[in-house]
Amino acid sequence: MIDVSWTVLLPTLLATGTAFAVLLADLAITGPERDGLGWIGIVGLLATAVATANAWGTNATGFAGTVVLDDYAVYFGLLFCLATILTLLISIDYIGTISLKAGGEYYAITLFAAAGMFLMASSNDLIVFFLGLETMSIAAYVLAGIWRPDLRSSEAAMKYFLLGAFATGFLLFGIALLYGAFETTTLGDIAVGVGSSAGLQRTLALGGMALLLVGFGFKVAAVPFHAWAPDVYEGAPTAVTAFMAAGVKAAGFAVFVRIFMHTLAALSVDWSSVLAVLAVLTMTIGNLSALRQSNIKRMLAYSSVSHAGYLLVGMVAADAAGGAAVLYYLLAYVLMNTGAFAVVVAIGKRGEPNELLDDYDGVGLEHPALGLCMTVFMLSLAGIPAFAGFTGKFYLFSAAVQSGYAWLAVVGVLNSVVSMYYYGGVLMRMFMADPTKSVQGTAHRPYLTATLAVTAAGTVMLGILPSWAYELAADAFASLG
Amino acid sequence: MTLLTFLPLSALIVIFALGVILNRHPIRSALCLAVTLFLLAVMFVFLDAHLVAALQIIVYAGAILVLFLFVIMLLNLEADIPQRRRRNLTIAATAAGLVFAGVALRPFLGSDAGLPGVGMSGPVPDTFGTAAAIGQRLFTHFVLPFEVTSVLLLVAVLGAVVLAKKKIG
Repeated sequence: MIDVSWTVLLPTLLATGTAFAVLLADLAITGPERDGLGWIGIVGLLATAVATANAWGTNATGFAGTVVLDDYAVYFGLLFCLATILTLLISIDYIGTISLKAGGEYYAITLFAAAGMFLMASSNDLIVFFLGLETMSIAAYVLAGIWRPDLRSSEAAMKYFLLGAFATGFLLFGIALLYGAFETTTLGDIAVGVGSSAGLQRTLALGGMALLLVGFGFKVAAVPFHAWAPDVYEGAPTAVTAFMAAGVKAAGFAVFVRIFMHTLAALSVDWSSVLAVLAVLTMTIGNLSALRQSNIKRMLAYSSVSHAGYLLVGMVAADAAGGAAVLYYLLAYVLMNTGAFAVVVAIGKRGEPNELLDDYDGVGLEHPALGLCMTVFMLSLAGIPAFAGFTGKFYLFSAAVQSGYAWLAVVGVLNSVVSMYYYGGVLMRMFMADPTKSVQGTAHRPYLTATLAVTAAGTVMLGILPSWAYELAADAFASLG
Repeated sequence: MTLLTFLPLSALIVIFALGVILNRHPIRSALCLAVTLFLLAVMFVFLDAHLVAALQIIVYAGAILVLFLFVIMLLNLEADIPQRRRRNLTIAATAAGLVFAGVALRPFLGSDAGLPGVGMSGPVPDTFGTAAAIGQRLFTHFVLPFEVTSVLLLVAVLGAVVLAKKKIG
């Protein structure tokens, strides 16, 4: 009866094991120096990445079909490895800067969040997905509030926790209605049931779909469920913000896309028009709000909201091209957004977070390499050609046009133009204003330098040679069947 | 479960659930929540889910609610009950809720199927809802979620310690 298959769970198990190793090593290490724990995490995740990549093409299933390791799960597994490794690299220098005491717990909880993400990507069952999501979310709530000397950090954790718990309620109601309609929680069986549903069954399925939409809308910070994002992103420690904006958001989309574009594909007529409205609202309100911010973390928070809108455009297309474009854009987004937050960390120093846009005056002249990296990330986020953000938006919008949503693509392009104003504003300040204060930059911060090098190189490479990554994304989406 | 038992029971549940959010006094809210949870347990009994009904009373009405009351009394919230209702916010929240309810109910009203619950009742197997049947299912089909829950709880414990302990070493 028990269908135990360890290979299907390998990424989740490796990440959980690494988290335990960090917890135990934390007991053995005395003194304030905690960098070694970050290294344990990075090595563990590299091993996870190798094991995950090895599973490409196997399309294994286990635990009575509730967990799968298809190419889709492998693609997202590798993406989460990338996002978490970059976060850990930023964190090693960031923890030193803010003198965070709970360093060991910080690394362990980050790795537990990663384990939750792997489980989400592999889940083929509503209950398994829900547990993965909660493992990730609870870890994220704690990480947001882990810097206790800062009251904003505690406030962020409290807001994130209360609103997150509320959104979880919607998700559970949706899961309950889908279970009520089809008497199963396995996504494959639900997909079969939805295809032939009629009458009451279809009504229940639609109700469940609507409630799931609210829950996912919250997790990926889509308007009108985005109100938590600016406060939480601003208050959380910057390395955690990078993790939430890249990894947690990508994990939300991993399940969002699997459930909506595959399991509930038969209902795409019903959800694509709703998602189209959400996409327009999310892009527009995100970008217009970002224009008015004076704090860089709040600005990047609203920018992150608007990027969720661009990703929704790909989902509205509801076909293979749209799905592949969403997967590709998430890779580009993880690289450029984590890079942008790494710059924010680099500009802060001990006792001076330097999070206001005014603090960026002239930084590009004082630290040309840092300025060059920020230029790459800002231009890429704005969608300027030759960077990853442009190719990503090109795939998203062309998928929308091919599916008959040309107007949505036009709205998306107009929004990109709006976004150039505030992304460009940061660059104007960095290169054209006179320096007012000295910032630390990347001096004596090897890990931060490495993060910036990897993310900037990746952003440029995806902008020039996008096709191999896009083909991987297309294969991954095709493995959903 | 027939309509005759379902309708009054669900009406009572809705009334007490409204009591939870409309009461100005936290202890009254908590007590309304207790009644809501008990009535839900009654609902489970009528649905032949006896074990779930028992768990509902022991875990939710028993353990969790007592914890709520402890916290409310320890914090001594009576002193600072907000006196002023924010009217605009109330109106906006009610409007948003009604819009959502309308959207959620639309497919039910528009379809030919009618409301769920009617005509859905049928005989259940003898072992339905027993501890043995649920245990069997939990340790075979749902063994992975069962084990993952332990990791989830560990993360929660770890997080609670990190956020709450007095001195971080």
